[in-house]
Amino acid sequence: MGTAVVTAPPQPSTRKITKIWRDADQIAHLVTFIFAASVFLVTVFLVYELWIHSGPSRAKFGFHFLTGKTWDPVAEQFGALPFIYGTVLTSFLALLISVPLGVGAAIFLAELAPPKLSNVCTFLVELLAAVPSVILGLLAIFTLVPVMRQYVEPFLKKALGFLPFFQGPAYGVGYLTAGIALAIMTFPFVISISRESLLAVPREQREAALALGATKWESTWQVVVPYARLGIIGSIFLALARALGETMAVTMVIGNDTGIHASLLSPGYTIAAVIANEFTEATGDVYLSALVELGLVLFALTMVINAAAQLLIIATTRKGSRQD
Amino acid sequence: MDQIARRNIVNNVMLTITGICTVLTVSILFVVLGFLVVNGWRSLNWDFFTKLPLSAGETGGGMANAIVGSGIVISIAAAIGIPVGFLGGIYLAEFSGKTFAMLVRYTADLLNGVPSIVIGIFAWTVIVVPMHHFSAWAGGFALSLMMIPIGLRATEQFLRGVPNSLREGSLALGASKTRTILSVIVPAAKQGILTGMILGVARVAGETAPLLFTSFNNQFWADKLGEPMATLPVMIYTHAISAYDDWHRQAWAAGLVLLVLVLIANIASRWVLSRGASAQRG
Repeated sequence: MGTAVVTAPPQPSTRKITKIWRDADQIAHLVTFIFAASVFLVTVFLVYELWIHSGPSRAKFGFHFLTGKTWDPVAEQFGALPFIYGTVLTSFLALLISVPLGVGAAIFLAELAPPKLSNVCTFLVELLAAVPSVILGLLAIFTLVPVMRQYVEPFLKKALGFLPFFQGPAYGVGYLTAGIALAIMTFPFVISISRESLLAVPREQREAALALGATKWESTWQVVVPYARLGIIGSIFLALARALGETMAVTMVIGNDTGIHASLLSPGYTIAAVIANEFTEATGDVYLSALVELGLVLFALTMVINAAAQLLIIATTRKGSRQD
Repeated sequence: MDQIARRNIVNNVMLTITGICTVLTVSILFVVLGFLVVNGWRSLNWDFFTKLPLSAGETGGGMANAIVGSGIVISIAAAIGIPVGFLGGIYLAEFSGKTFAMLVRYTADLLNGVPSIVIGIFAWTVIVVPMHHFSAWAGGFALSLMMIPIGLRATEQFLRGVPNSLREGSLALGASKTRTILSVIVPAAKQGILTGMILGVARVAGETAPLLFTSFNNQFWADKLGEPMATLPVMIYTHAISAYDDWHRQAWAAGLVLLVLVLIANIASRWVLSRGASAQRG
């Protein structure tokens, strides 16, 4: 009886505290759920808003929006083809430069460099990826553009001027300059992800190739790189998605010309650049909704490329296991 | 013998080329830093930090309003983005079922891949259009959307990295789930989560495109958060594409200040992470 008196009082209070914590569990579950769900909802809402606000333009132009070549705000005629062309062309030029350079560097960092040096170099490359694009644009305007105008473009015209790609006056700004600026912004992605995939190749693969008498390069190029190819292709897709959506550096050096030109030296325009330049000055519903529709096109383009990249990267990193 | 000699030459040539690729790519960071330090340092002075911009063509003035403006817009972004990322990440790692977690993770990756200019359009449609004018709120909201996926994935990833034995130990001692998360799991993963959050802030600090038509620009001090507000990235953009030498000078100075801040944040995040790793090992 005496013991019961002693132990009885704490019991209700312990139970009460336990109950409070159980209630807290419910609340925590609910609150964190709301925040997690909000990420999903806001993304859905983003697509919805783009769809709704591009309504007038979609109603007026339909699919001709994608194939129209004239962009004339005064006559309210809007066709996106020059911008789609510019976006794809500059991104393609960027990859043409950044992929060989990036994969080459990734091979060196994964296969040849001592781990310490490799880590330092990767760190520096990843820092380059952190440099804001407006700063690269600033640099491009004042260093890359004059160099292109005075040296590179006259040289290209002289050496390859018989091709349609290298004709016309050397302005310094244009598709090629934008492509180079984009290459600098994309190769960090190629390097860091390709390096990861190369490092994920099992050591036995290399040893087997070397034991069969392959040179270091043969083992790397014919065994290790094919083994990691999905990850490397994934890194290229990721870089492509970045290049397509990149705005500031391109806007600053593309030259803002709404035509479609074969010459890489010619000024052009990209989807992101035209949105950045004209959005605040756009008057009228159709003009604004045409710009929003451009945003929708850009969104769809990058989503498809990104999804492909994710799938490829997941496919490779599952396959191998890191050996070092 | 000829065959072997040829293969060795190919070997050496190709390996040298990969080395050259590495030197080229790594040196670009130093080229960028070099130009900004040389040009930016020449242009930096005390006025830059304390004075307002002058009208186009005049010499002098500074970017005090843009420095403060950047701080305010980034703070708004962090005030929205960090809690959403952190709590959402806790849900995914600790409470969620598999399907829902995959769905949210997938949309977070999707959001992460949305071009920044499109994020700007979205913030414009949901905040600027109903308010009828540009505002710091809209800019902060746009940037927060770019921070959320980074914080969310970092939180989830590092919480999942906490060994299950810690969870079970705490639950076996009678602690409730919430108590376990707050006093055991989150502290164990705090370095990783902090790193993710700093990286998120560093990523949005230099973003220009989402701010062009959300927080816009302002030559003066903004009195309220509901007004257009100057920020460093937008200032760099408008000054760099202008036709005035003195504005170009200011753009270099602003570029140097912004770059130093972004790089410090990036290096700090790595330092936090490496310190966490060595503390766990030791």
